[in-house]
Order: sequence, then structure tokens, then C-alpha cells
Amino acid sequence: MDSNEIKDLQIHAAHVRKMALEAVHAAGAGHPGGSLSVADILTYLYFKEMNVDPKNAKDPDRDRFVLSKGHCSPALYGILAERGFIPKEDIKGFRSIDSYLQGHPDMKKVNGVDMSTGSLGQGISCANGMALAAKLDGKSYRVYTALGDGEIEEGEVWEAAMFAAHYKLDNLTAFLDFNGLQIDGEITKVMNSTPIDKKFEAFNWHVITIDAHDFDQIEAAVNEAKQTKGRPTLIMAKSVKGKGVSFMEGQAAWHGTAPNDEQYAQAVSELDAYIDSLGGDK
Amino acid sequence: MNYKIGESIATRQAYGDALVEYGNDPRIVVMDADLSKSTKTDGFKATYPERFINTGIAEGNMMATAAGLATCGKIVFASSFAMFAAGRAFEQIRNSIGYPHLNVKIGATHAGISVGEDGASHQCLEDIGIMRTIPGMVILNPADAVESNLAVKAAIDYDGPVYLRFGRLAVPTIFDENYKFEIGKGVLLKDGSDVTLIGTGLLVPACTEAAEILAGEGISARVINMATIKPIDKDIIIKAAKETGAVVTAEEHNVIGGLGSAVAEVLVENAPVPMKRVGTQDVFGRSGKPYPLLEMYGLDAKTIAAKAKEAIAMK
Repeated sequence: MDSNEIKDLQIHAAHVRKMALEAVHAAGAGHPGGSLSVADILTYLYFKEMNVDPKNAKDPDRDRFVLSKGHCSPALYGILAERGFIPKEDIKGFRSIDSYLQGHPDMKKVNGVDMSTGSLGQGISCANGMALAAKLDGKSYRVYTALGDGEIEEGEVWEAAMFAAHYKLDNLTAFLDFNGLQIDGEITKVMNSTPIDKKFEAFNWHVITIDAHDFDQIEAAVNEAKQTKGRPTLIMAKSVKGKGVSFMEGQAAWHGTAPNDEQYAQAVSELDAYIDSLGGDK
Repeated sequence: MNYKIGESIATRQAYGDALVEYGNDPRIVVMDADLSKSTKTDGFKATYPERFINTGIAEGNMMATAAGLATCGKIVFASSFAMFAAGRAFEQIRNSIGYPHLNVKIGATHAGISVGEDGASHQCLEDIGIMRTIPGMVILNPADAVESNLAVKAAIDYDGPVYLRFGRLAVPTIFDENYKFEIGKGVLLKDGSDVTLIGTGLLVPACTEAAEILAGEGISARVINMATIKPIDKDIIIKAAKETGAVVTAEEHNVIGGLGSAVAEVLVENAPVPMKRVGTQDVFGRSGKPYPLLEMYGLDAKTIAAKAKEAIAMK
């Protein structure tokens, strides 16, 4: 990618982060940390990679995305708003009784949401079903999913990992948002799932490790996954929980806590300053 | 479909046969979790191998994968024993199938105590209750091979989640090729004026037999086959309560949560009359031959007839 293209993606991602925080702040609840860590992956997929059309969101030939870590809905709603699937002004209704933006994604209510998720471990199975449907129908669309690193403690993830490899779902690419933190603390202390890459390799997946906040690395990994035949790919994306907001970065406490007014104002000013530095519109 | 009245066929076999009979629809995908020889999906597997998906012993993953397939236009039959479908995979069914109201049909075989020798761990007596609590879930519990075939066809034609409950035990075929099946409709099998016997699954013929026992004692019993537990046919229940004044339900399920509960809910709110529930009385089963087990747990014509007299006495 040339530097202008990267800048554009960085600006979009900053807007996604701002909207994710706007949602959580307005609701007074939600999951900012993991929303910020996955924002660059979503931005790359929706702006650079996936064949999707906000005006024809149910196109049977479209690429699909399943947010297996469904609690990071603020980031998904942010990218859907940034990409034109839903109005940006609806973001502030997140989690409120008169809004369609539920705490966790609801495919029946939100234009552009491919699967209802929220209960950990199930999204990757659903993504498998979509990838398998493409194989059965001889279609060329691809399926993407994003897992949390805490989420992989769910046994269903490994049932799904076996399934995807067994059925050679090379049209499936799973991102692991590897920020190292879950609600109760560091993943290695709560329940040590490492080495995650070796586990997926042992399950016959192709595994690529990248920096989750480097668009060149995301692009290279996505392209490598597309060229990998006969097995699914896991992109282990080393990320920073709370990425983009100084006081949230690397803090497990921001997993499921909303910022207060002062914290929100500071977060917005930091992201605005970043957008300014890239020459973007706030 | 080619079943003869009186012929003994397990409803699980009819399920498997129906999948083959209607399986030429390319939208249909059949999934199983390593039990295809028992659930009888092996017939579909042999006929349409490209659309048969074995998930291995991983029922939760099977249900959520079925949901993903359904979002892409597939009509998915996900099969396992009732215990592991409704039991183990409840939350996947609830969140990934029920909540988005996806077009997945859960083919749950080996329901009830008539599983027999495998014992309590495999005798699912809770599944109707569990599934009934999921908004929008249709629950079908056919009585014989003919009704099972028609239930599969109806499930294919219906857009949304359906829980189909089948048994392991060979049971008598009681309906012929003229039998009409409609989701949400109870079927009057015999008219009567003193009491109504509402049965489901393999207890439907037991209700008919109980009506004969009662007739011998001068009691006129109405018999209704309630294959659809949800949405329950309120009209036929209310009419029966008003016209006969007493109701007995009979099911191969815990009396908590199943047909008895569903009928009681309708009666209490619309037409309260004396009622008795035949089913397992909030206990686990045990190993044994199916028919002796059914008798031991009071799931037979004799018990239904006795309960009918108790209900009548309460009028």
C-alpha cells in the first residue's frame, strides 16, 4: 500500500474508534478495550478487502464477517457506520431501549451484520457454516471472523477449529485479536492458552503472526490466507487492548467499563489530534 | 412414504426415510454428530453424500455451524440424540438458531424413556420443556412413521427453527396415507363427552387404548393427538375442556415442562377444568426393556384410564 492509502485507513480506523467510544460513553456500558484493539482489522476488511455493498447488504455472493467476540459490537457498529451501512447518528443509541443497536450484534436488526453473536465460541462455528455453504454452492466469497484471545478458552472454538481443517475451509480466515487481556486479567494468568499459534498449527491451520495495528502486515496476511489452499488460516494479530487512547492502552480494567465524561473528552481529543496529524477530517 | 397401518416402525427410521424422500432439494443439508447409524441419517448420507456433514462428536459446534449454513439459504437438519441436541447444545440452539430465527431443523432422536437399556443418561425427558422456552421454536413430536414423514415435510416448508422429536423404539403405524398433518393443529382421533385424553408421540396409541378401557366402563373419552407441542392448538384444547369437562395429558416426558404443562397453561387461562398429567413424575429413568420401563413409570393405557377416572371424579 502507498502511504496515502495507509493514511486513509488510519483515519477511518480513528473514526471507528471514536464511534466505538461514543457508543460506550453514551450507553454508560460496553466493551471499549477490545473494540479499540480490533478496530484496524475491521477497517482493513471493510474498506480494503471485503466485497460488501451497504445498499445490497444481503447479496448472496458477498464476503461475510462474523464478530465471534460479539461484545466488541461498538467497533462493529463503528465500522458499519463509517462504511455507510448504518447512519452515524444512530451510534449514540447503543444499548438503549429505543435503539436497534443491541449490546451484542443482532443480524435481524442491523444492516450489514452477517450473524448474531455475543455468546463466546459460537461465532467461529457460524463462520464455518458460511464457508461450507460457499463450498457446497461453488461460490467464491470468503468468510472472515474475529476471535478474542480470552474467547478461545471456550471448547467450542476447538471443535470449530477441527471442523474447519477437516472440511478444508480455505475460504475462511480467522483473526485472533491477541491483546493478552480478558476481564479478570492477563490471559496467561486467568487460563493459560499459550502457545496459541502452535495449537492452531496442530489443528492443521495455516498460522500467520502479525502486528494488528500495521495495515501493511494485515494486507500481507490476508493475501497469504487467500493463497493458502486446502486449509483455513488463523491470523494471530498481536494487538494492544484500548489501542489509540493513552490511558486505556494495555489495561484490563477497560475491558468492560465505560469512560466518564472527562475520560471520554480526553479520548476524543487524543483521537482528533491523531486524525489532525494525518490531515483527516474530524 | 409407504407405511402400512399396524406395521412397527421407529419414528427415527421414518425421519431418516423422509430425509431421503425429500432430500433432492439442493437447499437441504443434513448434519450429524457421529450418530448417523442411530439417528438414521445414514440413508441421506448414502444418497446425497455431498450434502451430508458429519461434525464428529461436537453437538454445540454442529448447531452453530448449522446456523451459519442457514444464513446462506440452506435448510439444515442437525441430528443427534435428544439428550445431546436439546441438552448439551441448548445454548447454541437458543443464541445462534433461535434468537436470529434461522432455518435449522433439529432432528432429535432417542427421546424419552423408551431408549431402554442405555439408561437415564440417554433417556431425555426434559427436551420439550427446554425447547418450549425458546421464543419462536416450533416443537413437533410425531406419533408414528406416517406422521413423522409429514412432520419432516412440514418442517422443510416452514421457514424457521423446528425441533423434531423422534423415538428409538419401533412403534405401531396408526395413520394411513390420507392423514393430514399441519403444524399447530391437534387432531381429533375419537370423539367423546366425559373426558379428553390428549396424547403425544408413542402415548397416542396408549390414549386410544385407554379410551377403549374406559368405554368398557361406560365412560366416553375423547382422544386428541397433539403432535405440535408449540405452537399449541389452543382451540382444540378449550373446546375439549368445555365439552368434556376433564382433561388428561399423556407424554413420554417429565410432567414438568412438556405437553402437560403446555395444556395446563391453556386451561388455566381459558377454561379451567380438572386435569391430570401422565408422564414421568419428575424422576430420572433407568436401564431396562422399553415396554416394561414404560409400564414401570406409568406411561401406558392402564395409567391413562385410571387418571381419567380421577379427573372425572374431580368435576
